[in-house]
Amino acid sequence: MTGPAAYRMVASGPSALLLEVADAAAALSLAEHLREEVDATDVVPGACTVLVDGAEPSAVAGAVERWDPTADPDHGPLVEVPVVYDGADLAAVADVWGCTVREVVERHTSLELVSAFCGFAPGFAYLSGVPDEWSVPRLESPRPRVPAGSVALAGTWSAVYPTASPGGWRLLGRTDVALWDTRRTPPALLAPGTRVAFREVRP
Amino acid sequence: MTASLEVLATGALVTVQDRGRPGHAHLGVPRSGALDAPAHALAQRLVGNGPDAAGLEVLLGGLGVRLDEDRWVAVTGATLPARVGDRAVPTGRAVRLPAHTPLTLGTPLGGARSYLAVSGGLVVDPVLGSRSTDTLSGLGPAPVRTGDRLPVGVPAGEPAAVEVPAPPTGGPLRLHRGPRADWCDGDAVDLLVRGAWSCAPDSDRVGLRLVGDPLPRARTDELASEGVVLGAVQLPPDGRPVVFLADHPTTGGYPVVAVVEPADLWRCAQLRPGDPVRFTRTR
Repeated sequence: MTGPAAYRMVASGPSALLLEVADAAAALSLAEHLREEVDATDVVPGACTVLVDGAEPSAVAGAVERWDPTADPDHGPLVEVPVVYDGADLAAVADVWGCTVREVVERHTSLELVSAFCGFAPGFAYLSGVPDEWSVPRLESPRPRVPAGSVALAGTWSAVYPTASPGGWRLLGRTDVALWDTRRTPPALLAPGTRVAFREVRP
Repeated sequence: MTASLEVLATGALVTVQDRGRPGHAHLGVPRSGALDAPAHALAQRLVGNGPDAAGLEVLLGGLGVRLDEDRWVAVTGATLPARVGDRAVPTGRAVRLPAHTPLTLGTPLGGARSYLAVSGGLVVDPVLGSRSTDTLSGLGPAPVRTGDRLPVGVPAGEPAAVEVPAPPTGGPLRLHRGPRADWCDGDAVDLLVRGAWSCAPDSDRVGLRLVGDPLPRARTDELASEGVVLGAVQLPPDGRPVVFLADHPTTGGYPVVAVVEPADLWRCAQLRPGDPVRFTRTR
């Protein structure tokens, strides 16, 4: 590898390292690389970091040196998620984007998204690929209950709520696919690395 | 043939716990598992179970159970009066519990969480390799309720000879510098060590919440979500630090300014609301 270092490494306590990289795509690429190369308890990608928990620090450092940040990320399969676009925040998102509700649906279904990382709840995947200019603010105060299967936007992320929970994301619609099933391997439908496309269906 | 453990009474919160389900954090699955891991492990050893066996975690006592077969049982963790029928029995060692005789746990004299192991272990259906109740995400069995009947496995070993564990030491929680220590205005570890903290009433299996003078934040912008370790001391915008325990979310957007030494985490499980919380630097 030539050029400036593509990462910065900082300890997160005595048994974990946090690796800072440029963006979500780099974090995903590094996490996939480390998962193959290092014997760790957990390898957790974030928005622009990878947490490596329970691995030998020297092994992590060595493995990171072998990572090629310029390599094409080897993304997983494409999952199509059917969505009924009847969410409570469609009009609000149309306002932010300066377009019609119909155009919100057309834009959301045109996106090529990638599951960058999970968090918040089992199977809750942060889907990257929403352009910066389509960033939408979260609700000022979260809803006490967002139903399972809600398809939503916040910032430059899209997501589907796997289970009912409180939530502050902008709701576009709903899907009836199972996002989380512990009998499946992996149980998360949208595990990190999965490519995602939303498709409009009639109620 | 499996036996059955009938729940006659529960206190504040009773959950099934084992060593948890690490390895799924990238899917958003908390680690979970017994909060006082050494006490849970000791109870399992005492009754002759393997390290992966599941037992009950009992918050602030009040548990009553009955078995339909004779088994060895052991109670560890927070010290409390235990009775088999109307006979007082010692904790911290294996005790024979005859079939159809109630085992009842009183109120802890000190500490918060006690652990009950039964020879053969609780064999509720595992989820992702663990029988632990995850109170954050709802994975694993629901919290235990009066009237529940939990399956108990076949004993694999003999109870251990009396084991005299090292007496639990109060001691401060040792702190490591966190990956986002610079988000705190000042030396985060130093401020935590010098501050007067106590355990907040809303502390739970997700986190030990601290009451004290809020820590000043050097930055008010949002941190992009990142992976968080067990024992992380997170600093939310209100400046009230939270020590992440077993059911903590796997990624978070608040800066981690310090990390509690893993060997000290069991002490967090034994704090009651209002108890002082003291920190020290790692040497």
